[in-house]
Amino acid sequence: MTIEILMPALSPTMEEGTLAKWVVKEGDTVSSGDVIAEIETDKATMEFEAVDEGVIGKILIEEGTEGVKVNTPIAVMLEEGEDASAADAAPTPAAEAPAETPAEPAKAPAAAKPAFEAPAQSPDVPEGTTFKSQTVREALRDAMAEEMRRSENVFLMGEEVAEYQGAYKISQGLLDEFGAKRVIDTPITEHGFAGLAVGAAFGGLNPIVEFMTFNFAMQAIDQIINSAAKTLYMSGGQMGCPIVFRGPNGAAARVGAQHSQDYAAWYASIPGLKVVQPYSAADAKGLLKSAIRDPNPVIFLENEILYGKTFDVPEIEDFTIPFGKAKICREGTDVTIVSWSIGMTYALEAADALAEMGISAEVIDLRTLRPIDYATVIASVKKTNRCVTVEEGFPVASMSNHLAATIMTEAFDYLDAPVLSCTGKDVPMPYAANLEKLALTTTQEVIDAVRAVTYK
Amino acid sequence: MATRKAAAKRPNASKEELLAYYRDMLLIRRFEEKAGQLYGMGLIGGFCHLYIGQEAVVVGLEAAAKEGDSRVTSYRDHGHMLACGMDPKGVMAELTGREGGYSRGKGGSMHMFSEEKKFYGGHGIVAAQVPIGTGLAFANKYKGEDTVSFAYFGDGAANQGQVYEAYNMAALWDLPVIFVIENNQYAMGTSVQRSTHSPSYWERGVAFGIKGREVDGMDVLAVKEAGEEAVAHCRAGKGPYILEVKTYRYRGHSMSDPAKYRTREEVQKMREERDPIEGIKAMLLTGSHASEDELKDVDKEIKSIVNESAKFAQESPEPSLDELWTDIYADELPQESAL
Repeated sequence: MTIEILMPALSPTMEEGTLAKWVVKEGDTVSSGDVIAEIETDKATMEFEAVDEGVIGKILIEEGTEGVKVNTPIAVMLEEGEDASAADAAPTPAAEAPAETPAEPAKAPAAAKPAFEAPAQSPDVPEGTTFKSQTVREALRDAMAEEMRRSENVFLMGEEVAEYQGAYKISQGLLDEFGAKRVIDTPITEHGFAGLAVGAAFGGLNPIVEFMTFNFAMQAIDQIINSAAKTLYMSGGQMGCPIVFRGPNGAAARVGAQHSQDYAAWYASIPGLKVVQPYSAADAKGLLKSAIRDPNPVIFLENEILYGKTFDVPEIEDFTIPFGKAKICREGTDVTIVSWSIGMTYALEAADALAEMGISAEVIDLRTLRPIDYATVIASVKKTNRCVTVEEGFPVASMSNHLAATIMTEAFDYLDAPVLSCTGKDVPMPYAANLEKLALTTTQEVIDAVRAVTYK
Repeated sequence: MATRKAAAKRPNASKEELLAYYRDMLLIRRFEEKAGQLYGMGLIGGFCHLYIGQEAVVVGLEAAAKEGDSRVTSYRDHGHMLACGMDPKGVMAELTGREGGYSRGKGGSMHMFSEEKKFYGGHGIVAAQVPIGTGLAFANKYKGEDTVSFAYFGDGAANQGQVYEAYNMAALWDLPVIFVIENNQYAMGTSVQRSTHSPSYWERGVAFGIKGREVDGMDVLAVKEAGEEAVAHCRAGKGPYILEVKTYRYRGHSMSDPAKYRTREEVQKMREERDPIEGIKAMLLTGSHASEDELKDVDKEIKSIVNESAKFAQESPEPSLDELWTDIYADELPQESAL
């Protein structure tokens, strides 16, 4: 009986990877624990070990192949007594096992076309700008590197940011360029290093603090709110705190309740903080550069699932995007869909599907949650007379509640239907794949909400 | 009394120095007494934590500091501000919540700052100032300055986890921070004996490889000497230092604390036998450095400074109503290339 060796999932969000190198060749005998291949994920190059004993019968995927889906057979192993002919009977890669990606809707492969087209229409860049294709991950790194070149006072600290090159590879290469003085590995001590960084900001520096995830920042939230956000006010304007707290926020995939929370509404409720939650790589870059230059504490909420997504990023020297300016990603007439960060994935997919049903949706990416671009939202709602908000956070005391209340106050007479919200469910994030899917909002929920408010 | 005699024998303190300590400690004492009065009159609101009894700690340590050094402390902060040279008028007017206060009335007793004097608060959350003080030292070192940072906290704060997170990083990165534990023996109403099993706080630094010592906080000369040792250690690039200063507060934790957790006799004994101001006064008189008349002149001068500050704090107007909406965000920096 031959054993299929399948492409492994080497991180919670991995859907595919590059088979970088085979360490064994056909005919080699391997034991359990032997390294047989090197596999490159979006985060790192990992060694892949054999689980079973046997002889490598056939290699199905050549080394150097990119975009190999998780669970695709990559080699066939023969057990004792079998010969190579047995391997030929094994399935070919074409008959691949279904890739199980529970937390997310089907997504385009990493190198695919940007999720929303024609960035040249956006107000952020002048006409004639050229673009390059970049992942959100690369855009974030470039933003930090550019700002660190611009000012000696900017430094990055956090867990695994330096020698490990970032737990999510956001800080890759920064240690090499800027050295250990400015790219600093901390002990696992969120409360302590957040406070230390606040002190460094008081002392005249511009720290970028990376939380491995914002779930861990709850340990540091006193320093973020009581020390960073309030000092300018309490000091009568004498002493501010120019600091950026950044890292992945919200659900990744199958990491359970303690690692899957969206903190947007928590931080956005605090005067003194600015809160940014970008969707595209271009926005991630332009907004992070603005965040680092901002004289106030900025909460920069990234999303692990978006890290590997590719977008067009303008090739403009020193590209920054001001806070408080939403982006109309798609114009429409029948309904306004307001979202940000990962929620934009559902909003844009829904808009495509709705177009086929003859419903024209205007999709607005808020980009920053404090300040919020109310004007763009209200103007759009006055035009479409209907609104659906989409976010991943919990429904109670959510950003959606705040938006709905604001729209009700500012555009009550224009509304032809109540504002509906698609949010995460009011439950701790479950681990089981089917339940996790239910706990998150989906493209279908957005479509249903739009159909409800348009009575179609 | 033993302490006082021992201190009196120290020959190296000049008349000017002793007089300066006397004056600085007296300013804090009289200022705090006045603040207590104004609180009683309803002119100061909220929480108000007086520093009476602990004056030698900040006066001794400020004598060991130099220009450019920074300091951060808890909500019991009036003494620290006066000792580092902040204007008593501005401090008192902040206590009364007036426009003339250091934070234009928006901070209050627990939240005052002076960028000029490198006084970074005034922090209302127990122990949160400890990582901040460590971060100030980080900035000093990052910028290549030979300045140090004083992070003051109490025996109560010393049991908070973030203190040890800060110790760990300060030691790991050799940061020039002096952790000053003002051990006044009571964390609000809980005595040291009732809150920790360990006999001393500074020794906890040993686990992190941080040098430290204990010092008599009722003796300003002893504090100054210990402070100089700590400062020299930090300036030499040898990393952090812990000073546990044994002190005592005469008043309650805050104005609203009836202080039932200790006896009147205990406080009285401390006042009579260990008072830091009486100590230095005795030293000045017995050493014939100063006459009673000279000291009376100092008393008069201090009284007039404090009265003026109280007058200013009552006459300064309340902040204008638009102040509600200012200072939430710092001015935006120009976003040159943004469109």
